Amino acid sequence: MAVLLIAELNGAELATDATAKALTAAKAIGPVTVLVAGQGVDAAAAAAATLDGVEKVLKADDAAYAHGLAEPLADLVVSLAGGFSHVVAPSTASAKNALPRIAALLDVMVLSDVTGVVDADTFERPIYAGNAIQTVKSSDKVKVLTVRTAAFGATAAGGAAPVEAIAATGDKGASVWVADEVVKSDRPELTSAKIVVSGGRGVGSEENFALIEGLADKLGAAVGASRAAVDSGYAPNDRQVGQTGKVVAPNLYVAVGISGAIQHLAGMKDSKVIVAINKDEEAPIFQVADFGLVADLFDAVPELTSKL
Amino acid sequence: MKVLVPVKRVIDYNVKVRVKADGTGVDLANVKMSMNPFDEIAVEEAIRLKEKGVATEVVVVSIGVKQAQETLRTALAMGADRAILVVAADDVHTDIEPLAVAKILAKVAEAEQPGLILSGKQAIDNDMNATGQMLAALLGWPQATFASKVEIEGEKAKVTREVDGGHQVIEVKLPAIVTADLRLNEPRYASLPNIMKAKKKPLEEKTAADYGVDVTPRLTVVKTAEPKGRSAGIKVGSVDELIAKLKDVGAI
Repeated sequence: MAVLLIAELNGAELATDATAKALTAAKAIGPVTVLVAGQGVDAAAAAAATLDGVEKVLKADDAAYAHGLAEPLADLVVSLAGGFSHVVAPSTASAKNALPRIAALLDVMVLSDVTGVVDADTFERPIYAGNAIQTVKSSDKVKVLTVRTAAFGATAAGGAAPVEAIAATGDKGASVWVADEVVKSDRPELTSAKIVVSGGRGVGSEENFALIEGLADKLGAAVGASRAAVDSGYAPNDRQVGQTGKVVAPNLYVAVGISGAIQHLAGMKDSKVIVAINKDEEAPIFQVADFGLVADLFDAVPELTSKL
Repeated sequence: MKVLVPVKRVIDYNVKVRVKADGTGVDLANVKMSMNPFDEIAVEEAIRLKEKGVATEVVVVSIGVKQAQETLRTALAMGADRAILVVAADDVHTDIEPLAVAKILAKVAEAEQPGLILSGKQAIDNDMNATGQMLAALLGWPQATFASKVEIEGEKAKVTREVDGGHQVIEVKLPAIVTADLRLNEPRYASLPNIMKAKKKPLEEKTAADYGVDVTPRLTVVKTAEPKGRSAGIKVGSVDELIAKLKDVGAI
């Protein structure tokens, strides 16, 4: 059992939290080799090498991998896959893009969003927006899986693995990167934040979303949003929490003006403590909230922010 | 350019699913089924490409049980030109895996020669988010997943993708696979006259065997369980009480 873990990168930087959480799942299967594929990734490879339990880091430094395009990354991983029984990555947008492509090239199935490792062949994953947990046993020669990071703790630093540079496998140029439109934020990253404050349709406008941000800043929290809030333009798409957005499991999740549709709950119902502030006492969010406050958010949120 | 759109019949997104007591799966008997919401968005985008004169024909394809016909008729009523049904399961509880679906779709694509395949980013039942990428791999085509904007420019498609930090714009050479994210468009409703007309549009029926694809699952479902329930919460009467409770449990 040898595991190839594909490190998550933000540009040339290691996305340490996502990689370290996926590493926790990977270590439960067998010895882990981490692949860092990007451009100018010396520091990222060195950072990956310090994670506890990593046996070796493979560094593929090439312009082909600079923007996380699926085609060149898939070709690279397939060229390495012969030496591994498992290919693992955190369930991020970039891994969801590349891993199914890798799996199909290897003629194996992919296991998406794994939340539990039972043994080397058997895994748990949520289906139907998290309303059922399926345990599946793979009969494939190579197991290709993405790991739901919210379900695993992060592996700490404490290792000193060797870094080996490997050759790039080239880029056939089928896809070309044009531009990134990155949302700038000084707040904690949504999927790794300890506290998340999310706003929904009830917030009413983009301007009013400042109320949510004010409360989040007071708590040192990340800001999330429901689909309704994103669709209405109150918040950017990368803040969406839910079945099709990000899945979070912070210590504290504060849902403000969010009714609690199945698709939203799928992204936050594993949070440790859930608080709901909503003026509709029949809102489904109150069925999962540990503490519910039936109140107008325009009164309650400023009061809460000022009293914290 | 011909556009191929795979659509899936799934449990309606509003239905609260029930896990069967014996742990064999989710109960799909007598529940409302609909077209996967992401696939509606893919169909809508294909029809818009046709309305713009970019696409010449929109072909929809569905794989599964016979009743998936209804899903195809819905797509035809929205404006697709013709449909292909690939019967690969007898029982609604048999979910054909993305790898097998991708293999069948690859054969359909070889026969139909579309310039573009537009699919949904994931099905809301198995939540795999894999079929489009797998199909791209099998055909050796480029992929543009989680698309929120698609512009066809000659032999290329410029696609804005929803990624973790915001958006990424890429260009893919056609033929390519594009998978639709929620914000690509607002799907139209089929009007009653169009629903009637859709009944006369061609719907070809095939089987997985016709394409020589083995649909045996690679993943055996050992069991399906209810997620852990949350213990009942309490309603607080004021902001002060809320703060006190959160301090009590150490959340702040």
